[in-house]
Amino acid sequence: MKQSAFLKGLLHGIPIGLGYLSVSFGFGILAVKSGLSALEASLISLTNLTSAGQAAGVEVIAAGGTLLEMALVQLTINIRYALMALSLSQKLDQSFTLPHRLLAAYGITDEIFGVCAAQEKKLRPTYMYGIISISTAGWVTGTFLGAAAGELLPAAVSAALGIMLYGMFIAIVVPPARKQRSVLCVVLAAAALSIACKCLLPGLSGGFAVILCAVAASVLGALLFPREEEDA
Amino acid sequence: MSIAIYIAVMAGVTYLIRMIPFAFFRQKITSKFLRSFLYYIPYAVLSAMTIPAIFYSTGNMVTAIAGTVMALVLAYFDLPLIVVALAASVTAFVTGLFL
Repeated sequence: MKQSAFLKGLLHGIPIGLGYLSVSFGFGILAVKSGLSALEASLISLTNLTSAGQAAGVEVIAAGGTLLEMALVQLTINIRYALMALSLSQKLDQSFTLPHRLLAAYGITDEIFGVCAAQEKKLRPTYMYGIISISTAGWVTGTFLGAAAGELLPAAVSAALGIMLYGMFIAIVVPPARKQRSVLCVVLAAAALSIACKCLLPGLSGGFAVILCAVAASVLGALLFPREEEDA
Repeated sequence: MSIAIYIAVMAGVTYLIRMIPFAFFRQKITSKFLRSFLYYIPYAVLSAMTIPAIFYSTGNMVTAIAGTVMALVLAYFDLPLIVVALAASVTAFVTGLFL
């Protein structure tokens, strides 16, 4: 049973791991350009497991910023994880004891959160470990390859891989949006706000724009379509 | 300043942001507004991250739109995540061959 939850997590993590592999490839290249070694870049990926925060962190390092600046940048860009962690904390299985929570908290990323939140059943630690391990493997490997080898894949292939993660997001969002008008409205509102941010506030950092749009759309959804029943 | 210290601060802050709510928030949220909000937030986050970024994800808007349409159609029919994700990539790649 435990084994199968882990295996299920691994399977669900394949698209994330593959997507991370291509995304972190770009991060690896960026990190080396900013003066870091391949080992340092990989260490950042292993310990942070986040895209926007890492890219911003490398900028701070390259610019010789202060540690306070580094902490504030990470806090601003990554504060969305607190919301996601809070949301996930509501659907943890009883087997999720404190040590498991301390360990699994490491792997709360946008994508892993998205897949976990979309699960109908309560989350088991082993399921999360499955997703997290394959995702982290992809993230760190991609970083190292990007940093060490530069352009490894033909440009046409790596370009096409760039859409993979987003394809997975679509696969997560569309089915519930098809079934529930409330979800559809929230999803469309978030997309519209996101386009508006991109057009009207191009200076806004990506991480901050996402949290702004998502919070606004979700507040709208909670006001217009409050949910009656308790989720399983 | 040593890069190791920078990395330690980065990793520490990022971990605490994830860990504190995840490990220490135990009670059930009773507010209907807050529960609704938390229910909608993942879909809103994914949507805001995807649109419009997906259109720039392949470096060519035509191949990106082809991949997006393929993903939307397959997701509408409830196909598994990996199938939708790979099909979007393959579609973008194949479209690129004809440009």
